[in-house]
Amino acid sequence: MSPQVEAAFARLPEYLAWHVLLSASALGLGLLISLPLAVAASRNRHIRWPVLAGASLIQTIPSLALLALFFPLLLVISAASEDLLGYGFSALGFLPALLALTLYSMLPIVRNGTTGILSVSPAIIQAAEGVGMTPRQRLLQVELPLAAPVIMAGVRTAAVWTIGAATLSTPVGQTSLGNYIFSGLQTENWVLVLFGCGASALLAMVTDQLLGLIEAGAAKRDIRRAAIGAAGILIGIIVALTPLISFGKPASYVVGAKNFSEQYILAEMMAERIEDLGGEARMKEDLGSAIAYRALASGELDVYVDYSGTLWANVLNREDNPGREAVLEELTTELAERDGVLVLGSLGFENAYALAMRQDRATALGIESLDDLARRSGGLTMGGDLEFFARPEWTAINEAYGFDFRARRSYQPTFMFRAVTSGDVDVISAFSSDGRIAADNLVTLADPRQALPPYDAVVLIAPDRVNDARLLAALRPLIGAISVEAMRDANYSVDRDVDKLRPVEAARSLSQTLGLD
Amino acid sequence: MADPRIALERITKTYGGHQALADVSLQIAAGEFVALVGASGSGKTTLLKTINGLIKPDSGEVRIEGESVGDLTPHLLRRRIGYVFQEVGLFPHLTVAENIGITPKLLGWDKARRAVRAAELLDLVALPQEMGGRFPAALSGGQQQRVGVARALAAEPHIVLMDEPFGALDPLTRDSLGDDYRALHERLNLSTVMVTHDMTEALLLADRIVVVADGRLIADGTPQALAASTEPEVAALLAAPRRQAERLRARLGETA
Repeated sequence: MSPQVEAAFARLPEYLAWHVLLSASALGLGLLISLPLAVAASRNRHIRWPVLAGASLIQTIPSLALLALFFPLLLVISAASEDLLGYGFSALGFLPALLALTLYSMLPIVRNGTTGILSVSPAIIQAAEGVGMTPRQRLLQVELPLAAPVIMAGVRTAAVWTIGAATLSTPVGQTSLGNYIFSGLQTENWVLVLFGCGASALLAMVTDQLLGLIEAGAAKRDIRRAAIGAAGILIGIIVALTPLISFGKPASYVVGAKNFSEQYILAEMMAERIEDLGGEARMKEDLGSAIAYRALASGELDVYVDYSGTLWANVLNREDNPGREAVLEELTTELAERDGVLVLGSLGFENAYALAMRQDRATALGIESLDDLARRSGGLTMGGDLEFFARPEWTAINEAYGFDFRARRSYQPTFMFRAVTSGDVDVISAFSSDGRIAADNLVTLADPRQALPPYDAVVLIAPDRVNDARLLAALRPLIGAISVEAMRDANYSVDRDVDKLRPVEAARSLSQTLGLD
Repeated sequence: MADPRIALERITKTYGGHQALADVSLQIAAGEFVALVGASGSGKTTLLKTINGLIKPDSGEVRIEGESVGDLTPHLLRRRIGYVFQEVGLFPHLTVAENIGITPKLLGWDKARRAVRAAELLDLVALPQEMGGRFPAALSGGQQQRVGVARALAAEPHIVLMDEPFGALDPLTRDSLGDDYRALHERLNLSTVMVTHDMTEALLLADRIVVVADGRLIADGTPQALAASTEPEVAALLAAPRRQAERLRARLGETA
């Protein structure tokens, strides 16, 4: 077995356990809500249309967006509950994922439930009344048993959807089989992506077959078959969940990472240093850029690395650029005052937004700076990462230089580099610490008008960890210790196509190179 | 005088402007077999359903064995009254024995007592015992309606309501089931109210025939009394069976 696959298998018990816990809870909760809704919808045609339309409407929301929307919503609710009841809760991880998936599971159950109950023949309803059943007895002894096969078919559909959509809960901080897919996508580790897809598909198929047994049992009134299916589901859930008894206990430190290689490497590095000092550390990877800071400020995360320019623009909503030192200083005082967040210090390198082009193309067109680029932009195509064109940095350089690109396209970062090397786009939004700039023969363009803010990589500590001696002792040695060249090499060792390292290996190698281990 | 088993007093029922029942009064004594005859839409089924509370009249009072239906809980009332209808409505997910035992089960009879009762009823409606374990889908139409009758009788009701009970059966089955039911009616001293649009069936089975037209009772009497009626609508209803009987006699000769 290749080391990659071996490493993937090693994480399977934890990922699978969370995936099963999440899907099963969402489906269970979905059933609890959907069945009464289906009964109500079948009884009263005035609420039938709104209920079915509502469930269909939820289904039209892309599942990733649905998951993402629950984070701000829960954050608001949690803040309100803290104000009113003195008790807040986690807006990240399990809860948003559970709620979004629950909503997502409802449509097939509500629809099949309503149809199933309504399709019981009028003669049988008349008989149920005639023999003296109460409406409740009619429902429980006649309508639900007769609708059971149709309802189970709906549950099967819901189960397959839920298991598939649960892979998307990784970006809101909930571990799932999606961790393979998202990490694999970022580090161009296709084995990992395939492994995640395969595991999730297999889980969905097995669940579908077991639920199919229950459905067939209900249709053919074969209790034995239904019992085998139900027992299979139950045993499967129990077996899958056993690893959580050890994995599930809250780790003492939660280290956050956004969704790119540098973040994975730095998070691994910090986690390892915390563990070296006897702490327990747990990673929350693939967090959205906006989610990460709020998660830290609310104590969901204990530590993560962000970039001064990002915080400057997105958290403090500043558009000016007073220079590298001033930004860092002001950020340190503002974040401490506003949110109680500690800026421990800069790691020593910048990961700035920089527009990059292929060397040969830049030479041919005579482009060295953003001013040159602006003059030629009418005939060029610009590629950005998924968030770039929505970020204040884009607005800033656009205003400063007045670009007029022929076309703009957004890519997941991995594919953005492919696009510029293959010539699909002429210029991309890169990061200065990205190892692929040198490896792909790209040049970064100068910013003579200083429109792009500085992007020092800074370590942020959550408010309630500000005085945690062990955490600070573990992380202080990293401050000012990492050069941009060292970071670029480490990033490239994860991003390159051959001899790829896993982030944890790259982190160890980086520690060694810097003499930090 | 003892209360009649069923007493309807000045019942009216209107559906969206259409008067289904107009000031109907009717009394049915213990042991009577009454046929409600009329064209479709005459109100005969509406009348039947007011007896077990499936339809609530707009005004008037229904009394069952002296108790006003308005004061009784509808589902408890229905457990005291057998109900048989054309579509039978056996529960497809329950066995024949479980179907027969459903009202006793709702009344809280224990399992053993229900099993004994189901076996008795299978005998009573002339079905083999082994049929008790089968599902309704495995039975013929006639057998299903026999189970329907058994289910109606399971909780030992004094009253049985029948809505076109034999309408969907072939003539032979219909005949034998009708005869068998009539025998049961006598043996158990039931009060039976049967809705039918088939005057011949009414004449053959009932002690008393009530003719319903446009929500009113236009005739009420024994078959003989009805035969003597000069009422044109009643005479028209009797014309068809008479003609059939004459034709049969002519075709089959003396033996008919």
